[in-house]
Amino acid sequence: MNRQIASLFRLFAIAFAVLITLTAYWQIWAADSLATRRDNARLVYRQLQIKRGLIYASNGRTVLAENHPRSRGGLTLYLRRYPLGDLFAHAVGYNTVGNGRTALELAENDYLTASNSDLATVVSRVGSELQGETVTGDDVVTSLSVPAQRAAAAGMAGKVGAVVAIEPATGRVLAMYSSPSFSPEAVGRNFPKLANTSGAPLLNRATQGLYAPGSTFKTVTAAAALDTGLYGPDQPLIDAKGHCITVQGLPLCNAGTESFGPISLTTALTFSVNTAFAQIGQQLGEAKLEEYMTRFGFFSEPPLTYPSDEMNPSGLYHNGHLLKPGAPVDVARVAIGQERLLVTPLQMAEVAATIANGGERTRPTLVDRVVSPSGSRVYTQHPEPLERVMSPQSAQDLTNMMQKVVDEGTGTAARLNGLTVAGKTGTAETGVAGVNTAWFIAFAPVTDPKIAVAVVVEHTPLFGGQVSAPIAASVIEAYLGQGVAQ
Amino acid sequence: MRSERMRELWNLGWVGALTAIGFLSVYTARQNEISSASLTYAGVFLGVFGLAHIGVRAGLPRADPWLLPLAALLCALGLTEIYRLSPTLARDQSVWVVIGLLGFLAVVFLVRDHRRLEPYTYLLATTAVGLLLVTMAVGTTINGAKLWLRFGGVQVQPGEFAKLLLVVFLASYLRDRREVLTMAHRTILGVGLPAARHLGPLALMAGLSLGVLAVMNDLGTALLLFGIYLSMIYVATGRHLYTVLGLGLFAAGSWAVYNTVGHVQERFQVWVDPWAHPHTTGYQIVQSIEAIADGGVFGTGLGRSLQVLNHGQTIIPAVQTDGIYAAWADETGLAGAAGLLLIYLLFCYRGFKIAALADDGFSKLLACGLTFAFGLQAFLIVGGIIRLIPLTGITLPFVSYGGSSIVSNFMMLALLLMVSNRAAERA
Repeated sequence: MNRQIASLFRLFAIAFAVLITLTAYWQIWAADSLATRRDNARLVYRQLQIKRGLIYASNGRTVLAENHPRSRGGLTLYLRRYPLGDLFAHAVGYNTVGNGRTALELAENDYLTASNSDLATVVSRVGSELQGETVTGDDVVTSLSVPAQRAAAAGMAGKVGAVVAIEPATGRVLAMYSSPSFSPEAVGRNFPKLANTSGAPLLNRATQGLYAPGSTFKTVTAAAALDTGLYGPDQPLIDAKGHCITVQGLPLCNAGTESFGPISLTTALTFSVNTAFAQIGQQLGEAKLEEYMTRFGFFSEPPLTYPSDEMNPSGLYHNGHLLKPGAPVDVARVAIGQERLLVTPLQMAEVAATIANGGERTRPTLVDRVVSPSGSRVYTQHPEPLERVMSPQSAQDLTNMMQKVVDEGTGTAARLNGLTVAGKTGTAETGVAGVNTAWFIAFAPVTDPKIAVAVVVEHTPLFGGQVSAPIAASVIEAYLGQGVAQ
Repeated sequence: MRSERMRELWNLGWVGALTAIGFLSVYTARQNEISSASLTYAGVFLGVFGLAHIGVRAGLPRADPWLLPLAALLCALGLTEIYRLSPTLARDQSVWVVIGLLGFLAVVFLVRDHRRLEPYTYLLATTAVGLLLVTMAVGTTINGAKLWLRFGGVQVQPGEFAKLLLVVFLASYLRDRREVLTMAHRTILGVGLPAARHLGPLALMAGLSLGVLAVMNDLGTALLLFGIYLSMIYVATGRHLYTVLGLGLFAAGSWAVYNTVGHVQERFQVWVDPWAHPHTTGYQIVQSIEAIADGGVFGTGLGRSLQVLNHGQTIIPAVQTDGIYAAWADETGLAGAAGLLLIYLLFCYRGFKIAALADDGFSKLLACGLTFAFGLQAFLIVGGIIRLIPLTGITLPFVSYGGSSIVSNFMMLALLLMVSNRAAERA
């Protein structure tokens, strides 16, 4: 029988080796993917025991996200509260147990949970853990302005769309509002309901929403025309005779029944003349136009520190996929913001901010600084110039032209008392009569721009100059009215 | 003789030192929540094994010097982890260890020689089957499995004892029938088959196991009982035919049960994909695996992983019984988990060695059956919790919380030591 007994022992030796191997598989190979699963209760409770850092508005006082301690048994769990409700829901995001986190709550999670590798933070964290104390995260001070955000929310009330405002010189994002909004505290309870609501409140239209830019895109075309020397503001004239021209076998017409004679680039922009810009596009050619688009940030993900699955690149889309520069397109229609061109409000705000900043594009940022619980500065955001898109002179010319749009063209609804505003309207038809995507991009004051804004309102029967321009004006007024120094 | 018992005492000393370190680690990590008085459970524990050692000195002086310390080590690891989960449960478990020790001493001094059990084998078998049948009839269902008999405030898991009794019965039965089972009665397709009447008990055993599976929803005990039977008949006859026949029979029966009993299907589907329903049916296995993964190579440290929530609720359901391996692997990592499994393998090595050295058929089969039952049970629950096989509700011998398991395993240990004592005395 001893032979059989030895066989049984060999069987056990193999069986236990298999057990050790599979345990090693879970603990070594599969560990990382298991640790981040949403159904991992360990992860969730561990996070809830961390006192996340607070998130502040740019004034450093208004709290956008804070903690509500709740004692459960021996554990103190910190649940997230958002004192301003749905006002900053998309910009700041939410932090939940079962449905993950978004926006800044996700992008700045390492700071907020003190798990960044900064030496001072590590020392403080390890100290807290050894003493069994609650780990407290670093506070994040954003660049978001409460007055600007409130004005954006008030303007968008009852409408669907988004507002993005940027400080041109620094790239600091001053406002980011998407409508409809939602209560970030309700996400934990109501996630399936919110996720399936018509109107998609969880979608951040400011960074993810893809819209036809309509005539706001003419600023990009105009920048290319000016900077390449093809056209000056006044000379040469463009022959824009007639109401329509034929491009690629189809008529391309001006809005209404307008017909212009030979006109300057300034006049073409002031009155948003499609037939003129289509010809400019053809003269520039696809390669040149796309070169300027690329410099403005089209065709790649926005360089914002923000969750990448909450942002979309702007550019030419075909069947939901972004085309690369050089793909065959109808350049005349691209030049007037049609074709398969889709853009985010963030991208159009960057276009306005770049023009306002003398032609130099600056990286957009949402965080001003990160401060440790003891008050020391962990991180400071400095302005990061990215690229010169056009010469200062071209930017100045374009600014003057855009000022004319507001003073006497399609954007007069954005005029403000005692303030010079430069802007551009856009109204993209959706193919359904009476349902438009209404745009306005602007910056002010013209001489020393402090704020650049992009506003989009979707599913509206109105034009960009009617519905979006007043919202942009109110955001500008609210922001400049508070005293820019703050 | 002296050297064997001195070695045992020396080994127990090591175990005692390890236990003290374990308890102190847990205590340091969790002193906000637990009282220093609870450290005395470790003291009780050490005293108990000291007494067991004295009992073995008196009753079984030539017994194997490794098994008792290995069992003590397993008990110590289990008690440390249970202490970490709940000092109250650790106190209860200490009491069960004391009762287990009394059972151990009772077997050592009342049975004295395992061969004296032989005349009672049919009585023992009847008792085992009776225990299982009574449980099937009037058992209490906990966590979906009907495993318990309730006597006042105490719950007993008869399966743990039935297993022991069946091993004793089978050792005797197979010793008597080894030859007829080995001889071919007739040959079909070149395979020699024994007479049909000798296959009857095999079918009966398969039927009993499947009944346990279907009625008690206890895949663990079913696999355990049937595994014991197959291994012992293999050792007795040396023929793979029975293994093949038995596995075929069990597979066919399982298929039938799978198709007729709903909760068995559910259990199987949870095994195939626990993440399909991570918050309901798959919750226990998902949380167990995520706890194991949390441990990494060296673990979070004793008392430093997150296991217990508000008011004693644990993340892993039944963590002190089914899930003890997951909690251990979380806190001690791959190093601790592999170490624990190697202790089982070492225990089995000593057990099989005792079987190999025994000089009569009954002793050999008894030691081999007891060892196989012990090792298989550890394999089934660990394999279940790491999703190698469907999760079953049996205990990890000596480690899991649970009175019936502790007491029956101590009795098994006493019988193994008895076989080794006799072999050493006759050598």
